[in-house]
Amino acid sequence: MSENQNTTRRDALRKMIRSTGLFALGGLGWGAYVDKAKASELVLRPPGALAEQDFLNSCIKCGICVESCPYDTLIVAKPESHVPIGTPHFKPRAVPCYMCPDIPCAPPCPSGALDIDKLKKDGDETGDKLDINKSQMGLAVVDHESCIAFWGIQCDSCYRACPLMDEAISLKYERNERTGKHAFLKPVVNSKACTGCGLCEHACITEKAAIRILPRDLAMGKVGDHYIKGWDEEDEQRLQNIKDVKYQSTDEVPAEDYLNNWEDLIDE
Amino acid sequence: MSSLLRRNRFLIPRRIVQVSLLVVFVGANLSGWKVLQGNYSAAHVFESFYLADPYAVLQMLVAGFILNIDVIVGAVIILLIYGLLLGRGFCSWVCPMNIVSDLAHYVRRKTQMNRLDEKMPIKRDTRYWILVLSLVVSVFSGVAAFEFVSPVSMLHRGIVFGFGFGLAAVFMVFLFDVFVVRNGWCGYICPLGAFYSFIGKFSFIKVNHAKEDCTMCGNCFAVCPERQVLSIIDKQSGSIPNSECTNCGRCVEVCDDDALHFGKYTKLK
Repeated sequence: MSENQNTTRRDALRKMIRSTGLFALGGLGWGAYVDKAKASELVLRPPGALAEQDFLNSCIKCGICVESCPYDTLIVAKPESHVPIGTPHFKPRAVPCYMCPDIPCAPPCPSGALDIDKLKKDGDETGDKLDINKSQMGLAVVDHESCIAFWGIQCDSCYRACPLMDEAISLKYERNERTGKHAFLKPVVNSKACTGCGLCEHACITEKAAIRILPRDLAMGKVGDHYIKGWDEEDEQRLQNIKDVKYQSTDEVPAEDYLNNWEDLIDE
Repeated sequence: MSSLLRRNRFLIPRRIVQVSLLVVFVGANLSGWKVLQGNYSAAHVFESFYLADPYAVLQMLVAGFILNIDVIVGAVIILLIYGLLLGRGFCSWVCPMNIVSDLAHYVRRKTQMNRLDEKMPIKRDTRYWILVLSLVVSVFSGVAAFEFVSPVSMLHRGIVFGFGFGLAAVFMVFLFDVFVVRNGWCGYICPLGAFYSFIGKFSFIKVNHAKEDCTMCGNCFAVCPERQVLSIIDKQSGSIPNSECTNCGRCVEVCDDDALHFGKYTKLK
């Protein structure tokens, strides 16, 4: 084998290794960027949207839902909006969702990112009837510090703006202990009924809204199945869901003996 | 005048097609026209069926999501149109980025930026690697990877829904094409173009060459955005075999010897 052949073969090998390296470099950089770009905890999606990660995968970014929205509530994310690019979202303080009963936005979605199964009317046999009140775009959260109703000033803007008045937001009557003479009428949100339309946030009279829509995932905790409501037979059923119950093994020291057998604890 | 029209007899219809598609999309957003709603990623046609970008759909599928049948059918329709009929015609007849890259090419020719060209820093097949990479990244990230960075999407989405900083990405493509590589974005980088090159291999409509008429004047080489596809010029007759040809027809327009024509796919002789 001549010297020349040897170097060309080695160069070919070098080129292959270089290509592989560049491929990996590009992939890692690209992957890191996409991972950052799809992080989107604070985004409110249109009615019927899938869970955020599934939504991001399935939204083809065509903007048909945005065009279908008669109030220009929905907007397409631009690069500078720090929302995954091209995806539909809304900002209720600017324009809330007005809860069109015929739901023009979700049904035309071609990819299934807006899933009309999530908006099917309860108890409808045909399954064609949609109910906008089934949508779960977010959840209204009240900041007790800046809501003036919590100061004792009577304001029911959010309550009156809510399309599900007395279901999603109700007013709680309380005595004002601070003045000793007056009453509070505090807005209380029911997370089971609230759709996250944002009409309350839009209507809120404070400089920066004291009632705001957060993505449900972000706003809500989760109890788990280990706690149940006392004296509630129905809620007790949830105990059946517990799978990984660990029973205490019997050879451990019973709780009542633990302090009596203190000798074991002393190292002789 | 008539020679000017003849010299641009494909360029003019191409611009008309590109611009009128954009007008129809913009009209859907601004005035509620129901002809084509959406954008080039997916479109609702006369409110009856959908068209979809097959490359975007492919990325979404490998990223692991079960999509609605609407969007899959839409992608298949587009696949059939280009795969059977138009080849890589999307790039030169539909894609709005073509207007940007042609403008860059024009600026580059007028300023004679080509004189500075040393060795091309990247290879033509880079785009196929980017195509493969986009699918790999889609698998691992669980989202359509190219759709997060695509300046093509930023351009058409920007035109329909408002640009924002998406314009910066488009301008980057323009600068890259003018100052870095001739036809750099479309000819070396864009995985969407690579995808259409892939599926348009055996399409019906091709540019055909008649070797016996060719005088090797080189006009076609001067205008072609994908010069490597002209390797058969003055050597063999038949259809341009390289599917990186975008069917733009620039070479047909400038050929003074009638040695290039649009025609049906024929084997090389």
